[in-house]
Amino acid sequence: MDRTLAQFADSGDDRLVEIAEVTGGGPIAWRLREIGFCRGTRVRFVRRAPLGDPAMYELHGATISLRRSEARRIRVRPAVP
Amino acid sequence: MTELVRLGRAAPARRPARIAILGAPNSGKTTLFNALTGHRAKAGNYPGVTVDRREGDLHARFTEVPVRLIDLPGVYSLEPQSEDEAVAVRVLRGEFGEPPPDGVVVVLAATTIERALPLIVEAANLGVPLCVALTMIDELKARHGEIDVKALGAALGVPVLGVVGNRGLGIDDLGALLAASSDWAPSAALRGPAVADTPEQRFDWAYGMLERCRRKVPRTDHWTRRLDRFLLHPVLGPTVFLAFVALFFQAIFTWATPAMDLLSGLMDGLADWLLAVLPDALWTRLLADGVIRGVGAVIVFLPQIVFLFTVILFLEGCGYMARAAFVVDRLMGWAGLEGRCFLALLSSYACAVPGIMATRTIPSERDRLTTILVAPFATCSARLPVYTLLIAAFIPADPVFGPFTWQGLTLGGLYFLGTAAALVSAAIFQRGLRRGASLPFYLELPPFRLPRPSDILLGVWDRAKMFLRRAGTIILCVSIVLWFLLNLPRRAADPELGAAANQQAILEGSYAASLGRLIEPVFAPMGFDWRINVGLVASQAAREVMVSTLAQIYAHEDEAGEGLGGVLAGADERSGEPVLSRPSALALLVYFAFAMQCVSTLAVIRRETGKWRWPAFTFVYMTGLGWLGAWVTFLIATAAGA
Repeated sequence: MDRTLAQFADSGDDRLVEIAEVTGGGPIAWRLREIGFCRGTRVRFVRRAPLGDPAMYELHGATISLRRSEARRIRVRPAVP
Repeated sequence: MTELVRLGRAAPARRPARIAILGAPNSGKTTLFNALTGHRAKAGNYPGVTVDRREGDLHARFTEVPVRLIDLPGVYSLEPQSEDEAVAVRVLRGEFGEPPPDGVVVVLAATTIERALPLIVEAANLGVPLCVALTMIDELKARHGEIDVKALGAALGVPVLGVVGNRGLGIDDLGALLAASSDWAPSAALRGPAVADTPEQRFDWAYGMLERCRRKVPRTDHWTRRLDRFLLHPVLGPTVFLAFVALFFQAIFTWATPAMDLLSGLMDGLADWLLAVLPDALWTRLLADGVIRGVGAVIVFLPQIVFLFTVILFLEGCGYMARAAFVVDRLMGWAGLEGRCFLALLSSYACAVPGIMATRTIPSERDRLTTILVAPFATCSARLPVYTLLIAAFIPADPVFGPFTWQGLTLGGLYFLGTAAALVSAAIFQRGLRRGASLPFYLELPPFRLPRPSDILLGVWDRAKMFLRRAGTIILCVSIVLWFLLNLPRRAADPELGAAANQQAILEGSYAASLGRLIEPVFAPMGFDWRINVGLVASQAAREVMVSTLAQIYAHEDEAGEGLGGVLAGADERSGEPVLSRPSALALLVYFAFAMQCVSTLAVIRRETGKWRWPAFTFVYMTGLGWLGAWVTFLIATAAGA
């Protein structure tokens, strides 16, 4: 079952997930894919900022902060072990 | 054809080979550039420190032929989305009014190579010979990651070297490699089918390459994990941050003041000594009162400046700045801004000029303009001497809680005032300006790294030199001009009166006094007299000039030896009224928090926006707000009986 990365972070689940797709198209989606949020990438939610947004994610060995508005465009599914 | 082009390029003999340094943000390009050239360009542990192209020659110990290195702003890809990225791409394509570079060294951080490797493919597409510098290999090992550097070179078909920029490991080999750039062969592995057009294909290609060199992704650094758990904790994090900031402001008074008093005594002693030793002539007074006392009054704040920059450079070097951006991103969101705007604002706390230049990392034109317009509200280091002088004189040093006194809290309050003004103005402008194309905000959070003490010392030394240079140029010039304005026209000394009273008469009848009285109606509501007005006019050149001007005006009233602050807070010798009342002093502080009083900032706003209307607008709205804020403060303070 697909969820958005934002929903996944909201649930506080820190298991690995895999990115299914980046929706919406346009330059925003393209840039998100370019910095590593692209299909097949494994992502782990780390923590939320003290004020609730943005959230920290680990992917490709790096830690990246992303706002909820962007995380909503990313659909994820449980990672195949 | 290629041969001809090659010959054509090589023909103007002795032209140095030009090598561009390309890499993702925060991959260590500038550290490498400094190690290779012996320069001391500012590097920091957060993305976007370099916003412009920077050139330097490869140090002579690596090469016999001249090699010019070009340090570029960090890019994630060669499809630019912000001004600083566009600079990098234009240099590489030879669209910068100069030919494209003869070679490119792609800097990859060994710890985050997965995300950076696709950049090589794009660089190879430019047709320029490549080599790769793999930085941070020590950190990779420490975090239990692995990579076979030789195998990576074989897989990519280009020379690859592992280096540790800040400790100089592998730098000799890299220097030798850069000196021999004409030997770099074009890579077959990076051509043709390897060139992929979607990000997914590029990453697939990158992982394919990395599989061939036994890549093991590093674990999150142990210390970073622990520190983050603490510093980014919903309750502990902000508490620790606020406590730290409060302690910092307090320390400016409790720790830096003894050093400042020492300097202040030295300056006064020097001025008195000159007056005693040299013949009593006009130029002696110019030297003693105008130059030594005037400029000296600013120089005594050197300890505060050194302290401020030691803290700022440590925070930048260790990686806390990116975390601060992460923590307050929500607040920035309310103001309609994103985290990169915050990083630009943050550097404005040192000085608005580099802060405004740092807005080049902001992709959205509208966000960038807003950040430029509000950045001068950030409490820059030039405000610090004025704040410290007035707070030490007018705010009691009574303890409030633990080590904190009213003085430290007032200083913190002024920093808060500047920050609040910046955020509220940003929120207003963002609603007023046309909405531009929006781009995602993402921020890479680097692992915590312990900055080397020598880096911090060198950085602080550079900032101290800059402060002294400012004192020796702009502040010196304004002080000399003011000395003449304060001492002309001359009048015959009245033998009935003492020397001090005669000096007083000259001052009261000077051109500067006339000027100060002329604008008295403007600042009368806050209770500023002509002396403060002269200081306000002079400080339009630079804020510190306020201090040097007051030091000159009151040079001869300090008979008790209580210093400039003491004179200001004391009573006028003749009228017995206070020189500056406490409500007026508070009003003056607020005026300095808001008003635009910096020629360099206006000039850089003009340069970065390309239009005169933005510096004009900034001047009017900030100074207007300064006047209004000062007036309201005066009314409230008077009503409260302060």
